[in-house]
Amino acid sequence: MKDFQFHRPSSVAEAVALLKARPDAKLLSGGQSLIPVLKLDLAEPSDLISLAGIGELRDIRVDGDRIVIGALVTHDAVHRSPEVQQHIPALATLAGTIGDAQVRNRGTLGGSVAHADPAADYPAALLALGATIATDRRKIAADDFFTGLFETALERDEVVVAVHFPIPKRAAYAKFSHRASKYALVGVMVVDTGHNVRVAVTGAGPKVFRHANIEGILERDFAVDALAAASTPPDELNGDLEASAEYRAHLITVMARRAVQACL
Amino acid sequence: MAITLRVNRQAHTVDCAPNTLLVDVLREKLRLTGTHVGCDTSQCGACTVHVDGRSVKSCTMLAVEAADAEITTIEGLASSADGSSGRSGLADGGNLHPMQAAFQECHGLQCGFCTPGMVMSATDLCRRNPKPTEHEVRHWLEGNLCRCTGYHNIVKAVLAGAEAMGGKAK
Repeated sequence: MKDFQFHRPSSVAEAVALLKARPDAKLLSGGQSLIPVLKLDLAEPSDLISLAGIGELRDIRVDGDRIVIGALVTHDAVHRSPEVQQHIPALATLAGTIGDAQVRNRGTLGGSVAHADPAADYPAALLALGATIATDRRKIAADDFFTGLFETALERDEVVVAVHFPIPKRAAYAKFSHRASKYALVGVMVVDTGHNVRVAVTGAGPKVFRHANIEGILERDFAVDALAAASTPPDELNGDLEASAEYRAHLITVMARRAVQACL
Repeated sequence: MAITLRVNRQAHTVDCAPNTLLVDVLREKLRLTGTHVGCDTSQCGACTVHVDGRSVKSCTMLAVEAADAEITTIEGLASSADGSSGRSGLADGGNLHPMQAAFQECHGLQCGFCTPGMVMSATDLCRRNPKPTEHEVRHWLEGNLCRCTGYHNIVKAVLAGAEAMGGKAK
């Protein structure tokens, strides 16, 4: 790991100021993706700016028809949160399947969202639930946030503060995990908002995406058997050592069926 | 830079660069070599320690991040709150923690390399979930790899350790 300067600001404004002043700095949250990246010298930031000293980023609160979760809330805390378990149980369940226990004790919602790993679990939840990402300067709809492979709409000096999750009528997440890493080979989040159906797929393509074909089918008939008609063209899906694109296309329907079953 | 760490209820001030991993301070500076490095790629869990009571991989945390935290390693487990099993076996002549005793009793190890991480991880589980099911134990231990693949006895040991820890609390 290359050397860097370490900073521990106590406010978001201070973190933004540090980012502005140091063009090659990176934010450090739980570090469960960033530190492995640094150990492999895949990134060589001049400065690491730890968000750990900013207590206001650790809140979970219910605000009317949504749950607001701070960027520094760990996966374990989301998994165990009575508010999340009561209002969006699918999100609590999803958080309990991320990585392993040690990763969930350190890894954070904001870190996962900003990192935008194409096989991470949270992006599927944000996209399917129609969440909004609150930063130090604006609010970004999940539909506009995940722009590509490890790419987001965040500006270089922008800090994720919280994620606002609308409380759905019903929702469920099903994933087929890589046996060792626990990343999703395919993960599908199905959400019935009460007004429409939103379905997001992670792990299968270069970035998380919504599945219009399955959304259309489920809006007409929210039933497992209706998904017999579902299909995914494999052309733009990942094919690798673990699973071919055709296999991932097949898994999308299987995971969607499991998620719908869990909603009923 | 100088950082102060509280390890096994004792404060230590060490001089280290910001890019120093917690595990390297524990092993190289404090000579607490019970915490092992198995993979160095954040997968095997042999380096698991408790940071503010939660199991974390000390190879995936900077030492400077742990500056304000309470750290427990395998060396300090038996003198932690849920304490001693009454069974001797530590290098310093002290008694084993109930989870350590359960691993010994159930032969929950073969080569022993993954064992410190397994014990630390299992203790975190049983403090939060005093009566885990076998399925919960297996799910929880996904972050700890045993290259001897001796999982059967490890799971047995964790279930026995859970009972021993619960027994003490009553």
